[in-house]
Amino acid sequence: MAEEVLLQVRNATKSFGGVRAVVDVSLSLSEGEILGIIGPNGSGKTTLVNLITGFVKPDSGEVLFRGKRITGLQPHKIANLGITRTFQIMRPYHSLSAFKNLIVPLYSPRVHQTTGGKLGDRDAVAIDILEEIGFERDAYVPYKIASSLPLGYLKRLEVARCIAMRPEIIICDEIFSGLSMAEIATMVPLLEKLQMQGTTIMMIEHRLRELFRLVNRVIVMNFGEKLAEGIPEEVMEKPDVREAYLGTEVDNVRD
Amino acid sequence: MLTQVGPRERRKERLDRGLKVRTEGIYALSSGKEALYLLAPRLTLILGLLVLPLLMPNLYWQRVICIMGVFALLSLAFDFLANYVGLICLGGALFMGVGGYIAGILNSLFGMPLVVTIPAATVTGAVFSTVLLSPCFPLRGIYFAIVTLMYPLAASRIIEALDIFGGTEGMAGLDTLPNIWFASYSIIPVLLVSLFALRRLVTEDIGLVLRGLKDNDQAAKASGISITRYKAYSTFIASAIGCFSGAYLAHLYGWAGISLFALDFSILPIAASVIGGMGTLVGPVLGAFILIPLTELLRELGTLRIVLYSLLLAGFIVFKPEGLMTYAQRKYHQFEHWVEV
Repeated sequence: MAEEVLLQVRNATKSFGGVRAVVDVSLSLSEGEILGIIGPNGSGKTTLVNLITGFVKPDSGEVLFRGKRITGLQPHKIANLGITRTFQIMRPYHSLSAFKNLIVPLYSPRVHQTTGGKLGDRDAVAIDILEEIGFERDAYVPYKIASSLPLGYLKRLEVARCIAMRPEIIICDEIFSGLSMAEIATMVPLLEKLQMQGTTIMMIEHRLRELFRLVNRVIVMNFGEKLAEGIPEEVMEKPDVREAYLGTEVDNVRD
Repeated sequence: MLTQVGPRERRKERLDRGLKVRTEGIYALSSGKEALYLLAPRLTLILGLLVLPLLMPNLYWQRVICIMGVFALLSLAFDFLANYVGLICLGGALFMGVGGYIAGILNSLFGMPLVVTIPAATVTGAVFSTVLLSPCFPLRGIYFAIVTLMYPLAASRIIEALDIFGGTEGMAGLDTLPNIWFASYSIIPVLLVSLFALRRLVTEDIGLVLRGLKDNDQAAKASGISITRYKAYSTFIASAIGCFSGAYLAHLYGWAGISLFALDFSILPIAASVIGGMGTLVGPVLGAFILIPLTELLRELGTLRIVLYSLLLAGFIVFKPEGLMTYAQRKYHQFEHWVEV
C-alpha cells in the first residue's frame, strides 16, 4: 500500500513534570488506513492523541498534516482541518438531547465550508447521522437528554460527533471499552463503512481481538515510547511486546 | 428502589401533559385550546409587565418599577451567561458603570441628547466590556467571576484617585428622561424584547453551541468551535444588556457616579436568579421583581432588612433550591398524583 501520507508525527516528546508521557514518538498515517495504537495503561496513548489534536503542546517534535505543520495550532483549528477525535472519558453535552449534541459540530466552520453553506436543516442531518450510527430512528432515544443515555449510546454519540464534522481522520480513543460484545459487533461494521468511504481512522484500544479485526497496522507503546510497529499478528509475537502487555512469564501463557 | 417498602408506601408520580412531545421545546398543537395553554403564561407575563406601571399608586413606586426593570435586565444577563454559556459573571456592576459613564460623558461633555447616548453607550459599552473581559475567556469557572468582580472595584478606585469624570462627585446634571411614563414604558419593552430574544437565541443552533460550551468546552473545541469567539459573542450580548441598564439609570437619575460600580448590581442578580429559578431566563426577571419591591418595603426597618433579606435567600436555597419558575413550570406542565408502591 503506497497511499499518500496524511498525518505524520515526528519525534514528538511531552513531559508532565517528571513524567515522560510521550518520548520521541514518530508515526505516519496513510490515507484510508486504520491504524491501531495499543499499549498498557499509562503508556502515553491518550497524550499522543492530545498532541496530534492540539489539546497538549509537545515539548519537542512536530505534527504534519498533508505535509503542513500543525503543531501549536489551537484544537478547534486542527478539528476544522478534518482531524477529529473522541474522548476516552466521554464528553457529551449532557444537558442537550442526543441529536442536539450534533448541532455543535454541524455548526463548525469546517462543515460550513465542505457543504458550501448548503447543509440545510441541521436537526434533520443530525437525526440521519444518529440513525447511521445505530440510534433507532423515530424512537425516543435520539430525543433523550444526553445525560440519561446508557454508555453504549454515549460511545456512539462520541463517534457521531466526529462523523458530523465530515472528517478526514477520526481518532477513536478507546471507544470499545465498557461495551458488550453485541455493542461492539454493531460498531465494527460502522468503522469499516467509514473506512470504505475514505475516512482514515486511528484507533486506541485495549480490546485487542476486536481491534485486530479492523486494523491493517498496529503501533505498540510502552512508557511513552514506541515499542513496535507492524502487522498485528507479527507485532504480538515479539517478546518485548508480550512482556509489556502480559508480564514476563510468557511461557506459561497459553491461548 | 431497592429497599424494602412497607405496604402503605406511596410515591408521587409525574406525567407530562400530552402537549409536550419527545423533548424540550417541541410541542404538538391541535387546537386553539392547546395553543392557549402555551400562550397563556406568555401573555400573562407580557400584559402583566405592561400594566404594572399603571397600577402603581405614586411617583415613588413608579420609579421603583424602573429600578426593577434595571435589575431584571441585569439578572437576565447573569442567568444567560451563567446557565447557557457557563460563564459565572459578576460583571453587573462593571456593565452598569461602563454604560452609565459612557452615557454621562457623551451627554455632559459632548452634549449629545439621550436618544443618542443610550444606544451609543449600549454598543460601545458592550464592546469595551467584552474587550476588558476577553483575557479570561480561556479560563473556566470561578476565575471569570473573580475578574468580573475586580474591574468594577478597580474602576471606582481609579476614578476616585485620578479625580476624572467628576471624581467622587460624579457627573451631575445629565439630561433626565422626560417623564416617568416615558421612563417605565421605555425599560419594560426593552426587558420583554431582551427576554424573548434570549429565550429564542438559546434554542436556535447558535444557542445550542453556547450551551455546548457550558456543558463541555473540550468537546466543543474538538468539534471545531472556537470557544473564545463564542464566549465573546455571548459576553457582548450580556454586556450590551447591562450597559443599556447603566445608561438608562444614569439618565433616570440625571447623574453618573461611582455608585454605578456598586457591587449590588453584581450580587443582586444572583439572588434574583436563585429565587426565580436558575436557567429559566424568565425566573430571574421575576426574582428581581420580587426582591426590589421587597427591599423598598423593608426600607423602614433600616439595617434589619438585610437580616430578613438574607433569611429569605437562605430559606429559598434550603427549601426551594430549584427556584420559583422551575417549580411553577413543573406544576404547569405535569400532572402529579400519588401511587401505591
